[in-house]
Formats: sequence, structure tokens, C-alpha cells
Amino acid sequence: MTLNARIPEGPLPHKWGNFKDHCQLVNPSNKPKHTILVVGTGLAGASAAATLAEQGYRVKSFCIQDSPRRAHSIAAQGGINAAKNYPNDGDSVWRLFYDTIKGGDYRSREANVYRLAQISNQIIDQCVAQGVPFAREYSGLLANRSFGGAQVSRTFYAKGQTGQQLLLGAYGAMMRQVAARQIELFPRREMLDLVVINGQARGIVVRNLLTGEFERYAGDAVVLATGGYSNVYYLSTNGKNSNVTAAWRAHKRGALFANPCFTQIHPTCIPVASEFQSKLTLMSESLRNDGRVWVPKQAGNQRLAQEIPEADRDYYLETRYPTFGNLVPRDVASRNAKQVIDEGRGVGSTGLAVYLDFRDAIASQGKSAIEARYGNLFEMYQRITGEDPYAVPMRIYPAVHYTMGGLWVDYHLMSTVPGLFVLGEANFSDHGANRLGASALMQGLADGYFIIPYTLGNYLATTPLPEVDTSDEAFGEAEASARTRTMKLLSIQGDKTVLDFHRELGHLIWNGVGIHRHQQGLKKTIEDVRSLRHEFWQNLRVPGEATTLNKNLEFAGRVADFMELGEVMARDALAREESCGCHFREEFQTASGEAQRRDEPFAIAAAWKYQGDEQPPELEHETLVFENVELTQRSYR
Amino acid sequence: MKINLKIWRQEHARVSGAFVHYTVANVQPDLSFLEVLDLLNEQLIAEGGVPVEFDHDCREGICGACGMMVNGQAHGPLQRTAVCQLYMRHFSDGDTVTVEPWRAKAFPVIKDLVVDRSALDRISAAGGYISVKTGAAPDANAVLVAKPDADTAFDYAACIGCGACIAACPNASASLFTAAKISQLALLAQGQPERKSRVVKMTQQMTAEGFGDCSNHGECQSVCPKGISIDAIAQMRREYIRAKLPFG
Repeated sequence: MTLNARIPEGPLPHKWGNFKDHCQLVNPSNKPKHTILVVGTGLAGASAAATLAEQGYRVKSFCIQDSPRRAHSIAAQGGINAAKNYPNDGDSVWRLFYDTIKGGDYRSREANVYRLAQISNQIIDQCVAQGVPFAREYSGLLANRSFGGAQVSRTFYAKGQTGQQLLLGAYGAMMRQVAARQIELFPRREMLDLVVINGQARGIVVRNLLTGEFERYAGDAVVLATGGYSNVYYLSTNGKNSNVTAAWRAHKRGALFANPCFTQIHPTCIPVASEFQSKLTLMSESLRNDGRVWVPKQAGNQRLAQEIPEADRDYYLETRYPTFGNLVPRDVASRNAKQVIDEGRGVGSTGLAVYLDFRDAIASQGKSAIEARYGNLFEMYQRITGEDPYAVPMRIYPAVHYTMGGLWVDYHLMSTVPGLFVLGEANFSDHGANRLGASALMQGLADGYFIIPYTLGNYLATTPLPEVDTSDEAFGEAEASARTRTMKLLSIQGDKTVLDFHRELGHLIWNGVGIHRHQQGLKKTIEDVRSLRHEFWQNLRVPGEATTLNKNLEFAGRVADFMELGEVMARDALAREESCGCHFREEFQTASGEAQRRDEPFAIAAAWKYQGDEQPPELEHETLVFENVELTQRSYR
Repeated sequence: MKINLKIWRQEHARVSGAFVHYTVANVQPDLSFLEVLDLLNEQLIAEGGVPVEFDHDCREGICGACGMMVNGQAHGPLQRTAVCQLYMRHFSDGDTVTVEPWRAKAFPVIKDLVVDRSALDRISAAGGYISVKTGAAPDANAVLVAKPDADTAFDYAACIGCGACIAACPNASASLFTAAKISQLALLAQGQPERKSRVVKMTQQMTAEGFGDCSNHGECQSVCPKGISIDAIAQMRREYIRAKLPFG
């Protein structure tokens, strides 16, 4: 089946305007009659909740954290893109659109990406008005910097804490509506099922993480903004609580899951130091603006970095990609790092790292300039590794950071379940096969502040929504299924902990569906994940009870869902017989070892339909039509 | 190395808690303190026990979820460091480490090391924002902000809402948390229209939540993982006087 993305008519620059001009509006007096359930309070969820509440809808906001301010958007470091062209360096909406669609290796939807670029400028205006303390010049004007892969300076930033500042802006907007009683907050609640009545998303079942009780909430639409699924790899840069559960349970209720194999591996993370390590820490790739990436020319080097003379250093990104150098897109940087490490040229005690060296930048610009730009990142690095990056080069290694795949949505950001809207990283829409730096924050806020208010209004105004309440049998069935699954996890009482299983799953997915993928490996991964999943349900041990705070039980439920998602990721990677962006199939590469796309037949979004727990999912697709850009082979050389 | 842990265990708010002793062997210096608690919990599960509950998420010192007293200090011995960023290389073999939840009347214990910090959300809801509707903003460069003001505003805005300042304060005062937001917004042109009402409403809520007053001990700034200066509190007081006095 081919999916209909409901892209508005008209030339690309006019599509969003046409939609806004002609969409149906909800009468102001009717807005308070609509209850909207917003799940997740990151950039997308908080901005959506705040804006919908400002418009007069009744919003119920749910998050797993103790406070909405702790959603994982808080950890985004580098910045947010916008086509303001304040530096007068040739930027424009078209150029931001083009860079994003090209950076995504032509696997995203033109109309969505163009809209994103158009909205980008409004986001900056909005955030500045909220008091977000972006970096400024001495003139008092906003400062910009260039960011991974871009040839213009279009990134706005607040030191290395841009995500935090933007999220606190959205959180403030949300708390204003809490005070106005337009938003009701439900923290420490985990969505465990979507309730579909007459084919429409009409409610959710959540578990109260403090009391263990299952609670039912009904509404006229459900907005999922629950983030990405990088934690399927166990080690990732995501927060420990980031998970796919809400999205996955919605998937099992009929929402298609698109491009699950598109997972971004970020090149500049702090390397793994020990087997008990619980997570990886990203350092903003803005570091690549001034840091130079290198490894020794010879394999098996034992010397310290400062003992290796210039002639023995291989600045491999600068040599291989003279135009972009150290600023090549993330997928290219990660793949090259893995390649030099596989050649035995990795550095540090584990050999699983490359150098990111600031020696030359400090010599030419002075230590204080580097400190002003990256001070907090250097501090963080030193805190974690015990090494001083002003004196010795940083060691970096790629780590999973962001997932471009997610629930399939149309131009309205609505999933294949009517009334279920999906925003931010949880959807698949704008980044194709690779996300450019400083684009995630842009997308989350575009979806929440500026898109969903229109498209959700249009849905409510055009859709008959019969009265429902939580006594409906669909709520009873959803609650019973969530309860059964949760109690099952507690009842197994086997020998292995959630952590054991999660770590094993992470190894399988990293090795099979990581930086390099190939047919045999993927087939094996599918089998391995299936058998691990069977063992999980036979041999898991979850301690404690279901009626108090029990984080092990929460984690068990999330890992159970990752066990299912992991298999679908491998199936998706297997079905996509091409290389594109982050998805590097060894069988499909150019003579120079770059990703070889096969636009025919793979210029599609692959959307998987759930068919039952032990049944392989069914593949549907959306054909991506490119009317405005020419599909070229990406070249950063 | 071997680390002895003396950890506060408490089932819920209505029962009293007590310290329980544990030992974790084979602790690597590159592990974080929270990873040692992970190890302990794996050990407890294997022995049929119940793991120690503690809030945590990003483990990079920015989400503010984690927080506990480590040897009597909020977030432990390192300055400007959240406990998730505390590494075992700062401890020695055989050390005994005492771990307790934040202690404050306005932060009731939920379980073990987990406390209820929702009072901070209510202080924020009282006025910790600029009331701008989505879509109503002028061009971002229409209002200039002098760089020193923007930089200082950022320093105050860096608060992660962890509650360490309150746990460390002998009065359990939330002054640094509240003042950081008030001072950030007072420094920006965008924050001026609500400047007076903001300080009044936020400080009222702070008192209503049962937090104590500030008496200038300065413990808050020494434990703050983001190094937020107590200057914020002085600024808050000036703001309050300006708001309350007719000639302010």
C-alpha cells in the first residue's frame, strides 16, 4: 500500500501558506470543549502543550520525569539553526531547506523540510522573546556560528547548553498555562497504551510510577512527543530513561513505524572506559569547528599524542575531504573514524578512539578564545576522563545519538491512526537518512509551536468526534493489556537482570545495525534478537513490587519494547538494499567507499505495520517525490 | 577498589528510614558514583534484595534529576559537579561513603534517595517566565541586549533545578533557585514588563511551599553544580524592594 502524505497543492514555497489559508479553524468558544493529551515534555511536547493551551484547548500533559523540565531535550548542546542570515553570508530559506534535504541524503519529504526552513526564523523570535539567553555580540545583536556540514553561520546557541535554555523557555511557557489552569500536569506517569475507539485515538493508559496504579485519560486527540529510541543500543548519549515505549505501544495499535534503521551515530563522544559504563557523553560537534581530527599514520602506535611528530599524524578528514575537512556530516565523520580504528590506528588505552586536537586553534586564537567558546565542554571532558584537553588532545569515538526513524506521519504530523499526532524526534519526518547538526531543536520547536496548532485545529474542526469516556470497553481492554504485561515482567523471577538483557541487546544491535550493516549480519541479528527476546520473557528477574516506585520494573517494560523494536530495525536495514546517509550497507558503496544510493526503488519512506508479536511486520511505503531538488550523490570532497 | 556504602533506606514518606551498610568490591576509578549504585543494585537483585531507588537520567549534569548528600555534602565533594559526574577516582580503596536524600520540609522523601521536588515547579509556575504568546514575538534582533547582561543572564539561567542549594542550606531556603530565575529575567529587556509582579509572586510561593528564609550562609553557591552565584539573591532582594516601595 502506498501512504498518502496529504501534501498541500502549490509550489513548494506556498504549500504551508496555502494550508494555513485554507485549513479549518476551531471556533474560540469551542476550544475549551476539546481535551488534548500531550505525552512528553521535551521541546516538542512542551511547546505544543503551551501553545495549544494558549489557544484555549484543555491540555493534559504527561511525562515520566518528576518535572517536565527534565525531558532529554535539556541535554542538547550545540545550537539551533535558522535562516535569518544575520551574518549576511548568503543564507536563505531555500539554502537551509536544500542543506537539510541533501544532508538527509534525499530520504525526507520536500514539503516538510521546506516548511521547517520557513518556520525556523519564527522560532528564534519566539525564544528570544521568552528570555532565552542566546550568545550575543558586543553590539547587543545575536551571535551565530557555523555548525557541522554547513557553509554558512546559521546556528544560534547558548554556550554548550542550547537545549537546556530552549527547553526552559518552553517549560516556562507551559508553567504559565499550568498557573492559568489550562494545562493539567501529570508527572511520573508512563504511557503504556493508546486507546483507539472507532478508529480514532481517544485516550491513553498510563502507569503512575509512584503508586503503580494504572490510570485512564480520555481526549479528542493524542499528541506523542516522546523522543527517540537510541537506547535500544544500551549505550547511547540519551538519558537513561529515554525509551520507545509510548511510540511502540502506539505502533502496536496501528501506527506505522517508518525507517527504524535510520539511527545517527555521532562522531564526537567521549570513548567508553569500562564495561560497567552506563551511558555515553556527547560533546557538541561544534568542537569540530576548531578541533582537528587525527590518528597516527602507522598502526600499533604506542606513543603519547604529544610525542608524535607532525609528519606521523594523519589528519584524515582534511586529506580525504578538502572542501569540508573536519566539518563533514556526522555519518561521514563516524564512518571514517571507525575505518581508521579498524585499521589499528585507534588511540588511547582501548584503541577505540581518535584524537580531536585543539593545539593549533589555541596557538592561533589564544586559549581564552577557545575557552570562551568551549569552556564548559572542556570542563566536562576533564571531569569524565581526568585529562586536560587544553594540554593533550581529546579522544573521541562515535556513539548513537539520535534516531531519524520514528512513527510515520503525514504533512499534518498525523500518524496512520487518526487523531494520533507525533512530534519531534518521535516522528520520522524531516531528517531523512541523516540529521544535520542543530536541526533537532529546530524541528522539535517547529512541530510544537508552529505546526501542530494549525493541523490539530484542522483535524478537530473537520472530524466528527463522538463523546467517549474512560468507562468505554476499549479503555478496559487497554488497561488490562498494560497491566498483564507489567505483572508478567514481575512474575518471571528468573536469573538475569534487566541490565544484563539490555546490555546484550545493545551489543547485538550495535554490531548488526550500527555504523556498517550487511545482509548476513542483519539476518543473524534478527535471529539473535528473537532468541534473546524469548530468553528475556523466560529468565528475567525484576525485584520489588508493582505498587511502589520501582525503577527496575519501569526499565523492564522499556527493554521489552526495545527487544521488539530491535528486530524491526534489522528487518528495515535488510529491506533497504542501498546505502544512504547513516545507513551504510557494505554491499552498496561507490568505488571511493562512499554510500551508494539507489533512488530507484528506494527513494521511499519504509513504514512497517505491526502484525502480531511473533509475526514479521508488513512493509508499506511512501514514495518520496522530488520536484524541486535534483538527487545528486553527496560529495564533501 | 572496595567501597563501603552507608545508604539511607526508607520505604515511603509515612515510615521512618535508617542507614544500611553495603560493600561494593571491584570498583574501577573510571566509574561514576551512580554507576557504583548501579553495581550495588545488581548485587542486591542477585541476593534477592530490593534495589536502592534514586532519581537519575542524563548522567551528564544537566537534567537535574539526580541529587543526594554524599558524605554530608550535596552532590558530593567536588565543586560545580552534579553527583552523576562524580567519578570514583576521587575516592580511595576502603572508603566509607554516607549517602542520604535531600533533607528539607518542602522535599518529602518518596522512597530511599528519591524526594518530591514539585514545589520547585510551583515556584516556576508562579512567575518564572515572560508571558509571550506563540507567534507574537518581534524580530529577534529588534531588541538589543548588551553582551555582559546577556552573559550574566545566561549564568543565572544555567540552573538545573536539582535542589542541592535547598538541601545544603541550614534554613532549607529556596532563595538561590528562585533568585536565579528572577535575576535572569530582570537583566533582559524582555523581562521588564513583569519585573515587579514576578518577584512578588515567586517569593510568595517560595514561602508558601515551606522553604526557609535566606540568612546568607552561602552554602547554596558552594554546592551549586552550575556555580550560580549568591549575587542572584542580592539582586532578588533589590528587585523585591523595588517592587514593594512606592518609589522603587
